[in-house]
Amino acid sequence: MREDGDGLSVIVQVVTRWILVLIVVYGLAVASFGHLTPGGGFAGGVVIACGFVLATLAFGGRSGPARAFHRRVAQLEAAGALAFLGVAALGWTLGHFMQAWMPRGSGLTLASAPFLVLLNLAILLKVGAGLFAGFMVLVLFDRLTDAPREGEGGA
Amino acid sequence: MTGMGSYLPLFVVLPLAAGFLCLLLKGVAPRAAPWLSVVSMLGLLALAGSAVGGGGTEVAFAGGWGPRAFGDGAFVAGIALVLDGLSRLFLLLVALVGTAAAIYALRYLAPEPGRPLYHLLFNLLVAGMNGALLAGDLFNLYVFVEVASLASYGLVAYRPGGTEVEAAFKYLVLGTVASTGILLGIATLYAATGMLNMADLAAAIAAGAVPRPALAFAAGLFVLGFATKTAAMPFHAWLPDAHPSAPAPISAMLSGLLIKTLGIYALVRVFFLVVGVDERMRLLLTLLGCLSMWGGVLLAQAQDDLKRILAFHSVSQMGYVLVALGIDSWLGVAAALFHAVNHGLFKSALFLSAGSLERLSGTRRLSEMGGIFQRAPATAVGLVGSCLSIAGVPPFNGFWSKLLILIALVSAGQYLVALLAAGAALMTLVTFVKVQRKAVFGPLPARLAAARELPATMYLPVLALVVLCLLSGLLWPVGVDGVVGAAASAVRAPGEGGSAVEQYVEAVHGSRTP
Repeated sequence: MREDGDGLSVIVQVVTRWILVLIVVYGLAVASFGHLTPGGGFAGGVVIACGFVLATLAFGGRSGPARAFHRRVAQLEAAGALAFLGVAALGWTLGHFMQAWMPRGSGLTLASAPFLVLLNLAILLKVGAGLFAGFMVLVLFDRLTDAPREGEGGA
Repeated sequence: MTGMGSYLPLFVVLPLAAGFLCLLLKGVAPRAAPWLSVVSMLGLLALAGSAVGGGGTEVAFAGGWGPRAFGDGAFVAGIALVLDGLSRLFLLLVALVGTAAAIYALRYLAPEPGRPLYHLLFNLLVAGMNGALLAGDLFNLYVFVEVASLASYGLVAYRPGGTEVEAAFKYLVLGTVASTGILLGIATLYAATGMLNMADLAAAIAAGAVPRPALAFAAGLFVLGFATKTAAMPFHAWLPDAHPSAPAPISAMLSGLLIKTLGIYALVRVFFLVVGVDERMRLLLTLLGCLSMWGGVLLAQAQDDLKRILAFHSVSQMGYVLVALGIDSWLGVAAALFHAVNHGLFKSALFLSAGSLERLSGTRRLSEMGGIFQRAPATAVGLVGSCLSIAGVPPFNGFWSKLLILIALVSAGQYLVALLAAGAALMTLVTFVKVQRKAVFGPLPARLAAARELPATMYLPVLALVVLCLLSGLLWPVGVDGVVGAAASAVRAPGEGGSAVEQYVEAVHGSRTP
């Protein structure tokens, strides 16, 4: 990232704008089909977090699609955790915590286990926001440790 | 014998939900976070109270995945939460001390920033401890131990000063070594049996399914892990830095609860119920205990920082518990658990008082304090009461549990250990007479002339804990024979034989779900 978040070149920005949509859709798909194919909420969350890391690198931290995401990252993460807890707690209506309370659909389709899809999407939110927050913290630490050296060398 | 315990996950769900709500409401209602913590702790207190009222062993299976028939027995593949006498005792302790710490934090933390994060970590700490107390299988025990440990690493570094971060890093490294040891021990048992559920493992180990070397290897790793979490003497190096560095309510939670739930409770649960305790293990516990008892109390003598004195005394007091666990009798186990609970009550009161004194006098150095009684009598009474408890002065609970440990030691014929324990108790008395005289009585330094009594939310929790110390001492027929006795019977049957394990296995396997 260059000085104060003006991001990378126009070419990178245009390409990123195109593939960011694909990355987000891919992450959602990996999470949603987690009960049928390799993947799941964690893998999908990692994909989406990587997408937003890419966007932050391309557009800089102060503008672009990453901005809205990283201002609310703590709340998003908390919402993911609460969504998981809420979905799991609804199982109590059938007698047990974590019991699948949604009807089971026909096999090998997205709707074959809607309960798992909801849990995977909650994990996607938690992991995606959590990893992105971790990335932002690392950037912050990097700036803090670099700060004293700024005067001597030309950036 | 068994009952439906489908409400058991609430002990974990409630603090988790409260913690993440604190974070979610960060921008909307930032002042709600401390109150959310208080509400969640009061809810847990009500839950723990009703759980203590019940008897027998209650079991909950996540998603209803109960025991499945396998061969001529049954085994549990799902996640089980088990509430027995031992869990009840510690759940009640967590709820009591946690409520006091949450109320104390209302005003104590008021001027400091970053509160939603504090309350998230506080609630995660409680959720991790409650989960570890209820976990019915070794892997979930490990997971919840890690949840609580990670929250505590963050809380120790909550004030971002140099010493705090250094203490947290030291704690993080040693805590992670301990956790890795525990995980490796679990992996060894899993490799040998293919089971993780504690009831299944207990039955398998009792039947000799695990080869001796593998069992000894796993036991060694568990001792390493849980002794480090308890801060028993050769493994104690992190505690005197970590506990004083945290904010006062967190010091109270760490010293009052964490070393007991992740250390003593897990040690008792894993060894008395699953791995089994033989003569060598008892000798090891006695040795660790004697070393901690004397090492902690001697190192405390040289300190001037009030919170460091208290931290070293935590090491010393855990020594009593370990010594009592090394006695081969029901009375020994009961005395150990009684002392662990008593220590939870008076040590958290002491750390909260130390926080109040720090707020009043602007220092933690005993040599610069004095005469607080003249300016803040309620705070002073709280400190004096908890000092009397830890020093083992008669009407208070510390006296009764130390007496019980001495009786158990003498009746088991361990006269030398009894002498060591009595000597360490005397040294504890000496330290806390000194603490009282320097901090509470004596002349008032000129710079404290303007000191005022702290707000009621800071002295009432301490006074409530001191009253509990007095009550659990005075009502000891109810306390010891009731809750503590049930806890001891859950891991060691009174009299001869190990039928406590059989009862546990029976309870978990018998609670089939429709």
